[in-house]
Amino acid sequence: MRKETIPFPKGEIKAVFGHCLVLRGDDIDTDRIIPARFLKCVSFDKLGSNVFADDRKEMRGKHPFDHDLNRQASILVVNENFGCGSSREHAPQALMRWGIRALIGESFAEIFYGNCLALGIPCATASKEKISKLQTHITENPRNTFELNLMSQELFNKNHKCSIEIQAGTLEMLTTGRWDATSQLIARNDCLKEIASKLPYLNNFKGHQ
Amino acid sequence: MSSGTLYDKVWELHRVAELPGGSTQLFVGLHLIHEVTSPQAFTALKEKGLKVRCPERTIATVDHIVPTASQDRPFSDPLAEEMLCTLEKNCATYGITLYGIGSGKQGIVHVIAPELGLTQPGMTVACGDSHTSTHGAFGAIAFGIGTSQVRDVLASQSLAMKKLKVRRIWVGGELKPGVYAKDLILHIIQKLGVKGGVGYAYEFAGPTIEALSMEERMTLCNMAIEGGARCGYVNPDSKTFDYLKGLPNSPKDKAWERGVAWWETLCSNKTAIFDDEVNFDANEIAPTVTWGITPGQGVGINDNLPTLESLDSRERDIAKEAYRYMELQPGMPIEGLEVNVCFIGSCTNGRLSDLQAAAKIAKGKHVAKGIKAFVVPGSEQVAKAAKQEGLDILFQKAGFEWREPGCSMCLAMNPDRLEGNQISASSSNRNFKGRQGSSSGRTLLMSPAMVAAAAIEGKVTDVRKMLAQQSKDSKK
Repeated sequence: MRKETIPFPKGEIKAVFGHCLVLRGDDIDTDRIIPARFLKCVSFDKLGSNVFADDRKEMRGKHPFDHDLNRQASILVVNENFGCGSSREHAPQALMRWGIRALIGESFAEIFYGNCLALGIPCATASKEKISKLQTHITENPRNTFELNLMSQELFNKNHKCSIEIQAGTLEMLTTGRWDATSQLIARNDCLKEIASKLPYLNNFKGHQ
Repeated sequence: MSSGTLYDKVWELHRVAELPGGSTQLFVGLHLIHEVTSPQAFTALKEKGLKVRCPERTIATVDHIVPTASQDRPFSDPLAEEMLCTLEKNCATYGITLYGIGSGKQGIVHVIAPELGLTQPGMTVACGDSHTSTHGAFGAIAFGIGTSQVRDVLASQSLAMKKLKVRRIWVGGELKPGVYAKDLILHIIQKLGVKGGVGYAYEFAGPTIEALSMEERMTLCNMAIEGGARCGYVNPDSKTFDYLKGLPNSPKDKAWERGVAWWETLCSNKTAIFDDEVNFDANEIAPTVTWGITPGQGVGINDNLPTLESLDSRERDIAKEAYRYMELQPGMPIEGLEVNVCFIGSCTNGRLSDLQAAAKIAKGKHVAKGIKAFVVPGSEQVAKAAKQEGLDILFQKAGFEWREPGCSMCLAMNPDRLEGNQISASSSNRNFKGRQGSSSGRTLLMSPAMVAAAAIEGKVTDVRKMLAQQSKDSKK
């Protein structure tokens, strides 16, 4: 487990700093990120230490999440379709509580992507070639720290630069601090009432013959 | 961009507003909750000082953590007990209907909402569970959400979402005897890939789909998410209406007639435009079994496991990993592979017709020596109906255990789980590493009839052979 704790995402998110952690493989599902037995809880608090519990057990200390040099990492670099499978928000919660504050990958599963956004964790994408080069660079230079800059859409330090992409909408929500949707949703009370008043199945199907 | 599809029509009806960042605020017609993904949402609601906006539009049940051997309270697992107590407390506090154990209506959330008539055409349905896509079988737009979104739906009866593209999956031809909706969806996922549906809603259409029963359509839509599609749906038709008629939450009398009239208008127009279209021929589909660690790694029962060279280069790494984890070799046949545990149940295949199909195979036979086989009905109503037909006795005589309703070994958040590197023949939906409760446990996904056949023979078996033998015997 990492020694220092950094605060959870809050407000405007324009950049994430720190070490990068490489986790290779396509189709890494949320059952692997946090096995179901750890979902037996009524709060997310204790999930961090159990992230990738079974994969780590299987690799006996050689899993990237167990490497000494990775223990301060805050940016996770993955491959294709990361986070597929179950909708469990426990997966990004476990990553966040372990210390991850941003992900970069070839692609992400949809529900996982949305769950990350709801926590203020950007999921940036880059081409297979770029990710491959980036993963190699990080593996060869594990002590380097990076800045993931959302505004300029790049991951860089003084030796290396990699352009990344963030969906326009996601970018706007994160950088303006409006990624926590609840307040926006409850603000539109009149619109909600109007929609409900028009939905046939909420109104005994009146007017339909 | 799609237009004139059921998805477009339902989306438009529920569109509340456009949000900054390009998301749409979408009204949620039916919200389903369970004990695993809701407690943190209620906590967040309390922390923000918010109320549940429409408690009557949220329905709760308990499924993931319930033991299936004995459901006496308190549960022997204190964590499971705490989760159910928390759900009970939250539902009582906020005035939400909870179908608990013994209510006669408890069961897997995606089994009970349809059988109670809660799921109806034209609704938006959300639940903190990825298999919410099941409800698309009724022509609803139904999708899984995370816990933060559960909080949002509780607070506002709406959520922020981006509109999906629509891919029509047209299936013609006939599913042959011994080939079921499960085989169809495993085949589709094998062909389109587990990420092929990312960014899409799947519309399942064509003569084969129209011929499917409602329960078969639920199996199909249930696994849309395994192909990466957040929701899958079938246009409502007379089968949909026949299923819904008379259910507790279905409209009655004049409202029923008006409801049907409205539902009929929701179907995708003949001139609808899809973002993508794919065709399949059901005649070509054999009973399908997964051999790997993603639901897309499947083969027909008579096929050999793929060689690495035969696979697309992008599929090779995960295939290598699958062969290593599953302790299987490329090129070997799937038929005849010995199994240890046989599980019939889950939100994919835990309905009455699934149990009937498995019972047809198990009848008069016995589970092979050394095999643990068990049947878990999807709900209390399914259990009751199955017992009325004597299926519980039939299965028990054949050496299967008959259990109480719940998610059981689909995801092993309860005492039902694999041990060590056991191999299961499972009618569930995911064969991910460790999914069934052992970090080295191995899962072969297949139809309930194929699971029953595997239980009888002790190995992966072509159920068509057993059906052929049955019909030969009956002619004697």
